[in-house]
Amino acid sequence: MLETLAILTDGLTYAAYLFIVSVGLSLIFGVMKVLNIAHGAFYAFGAYGAATAVGMYFDKGWPAAGGFLLMAMVAMVVGAIVGAVLERGLLRFMYRKDEVILALVTYASFLVLEDVIVFIWGPGTMSAYQPLEVAGNFMVGGLLLSGYDAGLVGVAFVLAVATYLGLRRTRAGRLLTTVIFDREIAAAFGINVTLVFAVTFAIGGALGALAGAVMAPKIAVTLGIGVEVIVLAFAVVAIGGMGSMEGAVVGALIVGLARAFAVHVVPQVELFVIYAVMALVLAFRPRGLFARALPRKI
Amino acid sequence: MTSPHVRTGRSLAAVLALALGLAALPASAQQGGAAGQKPVKLGIILFLTGAAAEPFGIPSKNAADLFIQAMNAGTLPKPYDKPGFGSAKIEVRYVDEAGPTQNVVTEFRNLVQRDGVEVAFGVISSGNCYAVAPIAEELKTLTVFHDCGTPRLFEERDFKWVFRPSPTGTMDSVAAARYLLRKNPKLASYAGINQNYAFGQDSWNDFVLAMKALAPNATAAKDLFPKLFAGEYGAEISTLLTTNAPVFHTSFWDGDFESFVTQANARGLPRRMTMLAALGEAQMFRLGNRLPDGSILGARGPHGLFARDTELNRWFQTNYTKKFGTPPTYPAYHAAQGLLGLKAAYDKAAAAKKGARPNTEEVAAAFTNLEFDGPSSKIRMALGKGHQAISETAYGVYKFNAATGKGEIVDVVRYPAECVNPPANMKAEEWLKAGMPGAKCD
Repeated sequence: MLETLAILTDGLTYAAYLFIVSVGLSLIFGVMKVLNIAHGAFYAFGAYGAATAVGMYFDKGWPAAGGFLLMAMVAMVVGAIVGAVLERGLLRFMYRKDEVILALVTYASFLVLEDVIVFIWGPGTMSAYQPLEVAGNFMVGGLLLSGYDAGLVGVAFVLAVATYLGLRRTRAGRLLTTVIFDREIAAAFGINVTLVFAVTFAIGGALGALAGAVMAPKIAVTLGIGVEVIVLAFAVVAIGGMGSMEGAVVGALIVGLARAFAVHVVPQVELFVIYAVMALVLAFRPRGLFARALPRKI
Repeated sequence: MTSPHVRTGRSLAAVLALALGLAALPASAQQGGAAGQKPVKLGIILFLTGAAAEPFGIPSKNAADLFIQAMNAGTLPKPYDKPGFGSAKIEVRYVDEAGPTQNVVTEFRNLVQRDGVEVAFGVISSGNCYAVAPIAEELKTLTVFHDCGTPRLFEERDFKWVFRPSPTGTMDSVAAARYLLRKNPKLASYAGINQNYAFGQDSWNDFVLAMKALAPNATAAKDLFPKLFAGEYGAEISTLLTTNAPVFHTSFWDGDFESFVTQANARGLPRRMTMLAALGEAQMFRLGNRLPDGSILGARGPHGLFARDTELNRWFQTNYTKKFGTPPTYPAYHAAQGLLGLKAAYDKAAAAKKGARPNTEEVAAAFTNLEFDGPSSKIRMALGKGHQAISETAYGVYKFNAATGKGEIVDVVRYPAECVNPPANMKAEEWLKAGMPGAKCD
């Protein structure tokens, strides 16, 4: 019973982490059809930005709640700026190129941005553990859980709902959905696709950085943290369907629960299980669980 | 403007002066004596970027900078107070170990074949040591691995040019098991969480084999192997919380160690289980009061706070802390003892040639079976046909001193080299499986 509870809570926490990490990647791919490997750098920028802000804030002894808000805000602003600069400064010149070339350009950008991190923050490790301590812990069915992890699940839930409603209930969201379905038709209807691309990439950057910010209190913020994130986010997005928000939610839940089950029951396959699930899904649904049908253009 | 004829005349005069100067030098200097020696070109391969830079690469580089500067100036304490390597100055070229193993091999070849490096030093990753060692043999380049821990390197083949003056990971695991059972003689079960790569797997395997030899009734309740740099350990912490084992072993390092400890604290794991961290000393200053009191820590040798109080260690601690603002951790000690071993071998080979410069083959011969003083203990090149070091080691319990704001190690137990290292005629795994015959722990 305790083990089942642990699998469920661990799976949900890991799924929340995966969803927060992958939502920005999925959005950018959905709108722009760019497999953005630089997403890992957005994550890292968010984590470093948050760690800097948290360190400075908590040193002052100010109320903890403000620290949480500042951590998220700083990271999102940093991520949005980096995203906008990357899109305006580089990617917009590449849109007519093949998707593989675009992916390689984002990979090169990722490497450059990793060096920018070293230039700004140095090669050392940073910590932002204070919010994790402040959030405390609580007992459920004999298992001590972290308050911060519960908050992480809450953030993922809010983000999922906000993304869903934002895309379906707002004018901007509907314009974005139009571009997702067909950028040429959207342009023919007078939608400023160039602006949509720039804004989407900046939002994707902010979401990637937000993921880094919310994970910063749990991890050592160090060089290379973005690499692991890219691989996991790709797995989630591939399972759910590239560009699908519902797919990102379901993909994160599947991977999160599968991994938690493996760690508790067959830890030897923990490393393998995420990619086994991905391979299984792609064997039957090559474009992911929630990929929309593509209209054939004549 | 100077005319071409005048320039030619000056050049000729300079060449003549140089030739006369060379002729005037004593014969010993031309052969490599003290005054006119070319510097020894030393290529150092360390993680200078990436996740392994801060915990391993940077402390190693700091120690290398400090020691090479002092060696060149001849300001190290005795017995290392003569300048340079066999009185030749040391010239250093650093190379980043980050990237795929093939890159490291290429960089090693470049150092030797393009840059003319005579001696290679460093290499932190065990995988990279494996890959570089045969190339060192092929190129006949004296190569000193200062940190990588896999015992298999010198067990699987013999080397002429490759040396490792720091003990293997087997020593860490055996000493960990001995210390744990000394603290908990009636231990019934234990768990483990180690990174899923060569070092993590080897550390756990050696630890389990040592536990089986020393306490056959104690069982491994859970063995977890999250991937390297996983970052999120919620499921692993829950798994540990739901086992009955009172203690877990880990060889986590740097970011993974810090992330795990941070998340484990938030879930109350230290109240439920004792952590035995084989590499924990490297993070103790950084983590401070976040590292749980009562954790059992090792340092891959008797380094840092475990080091013996010698003049050399005091010099190292004082100058390193003064220069870099933090005390040296074990990777810094490994770099220091590697360079001291190399200097001892050079000095011995030079002394055998009455001060003339030895070639690297003579230095390698002098290094084989060498005994020398490291900053923390005596090092003996006793395994791998005289190419692999053994030393004593130590474990202790971490305690944060709120008054000083610093961590301390209490209840330190030292283990002689022969107690925690296999004998020269046995492979580590065979020795552990046979119940560690011949171990001398008194």
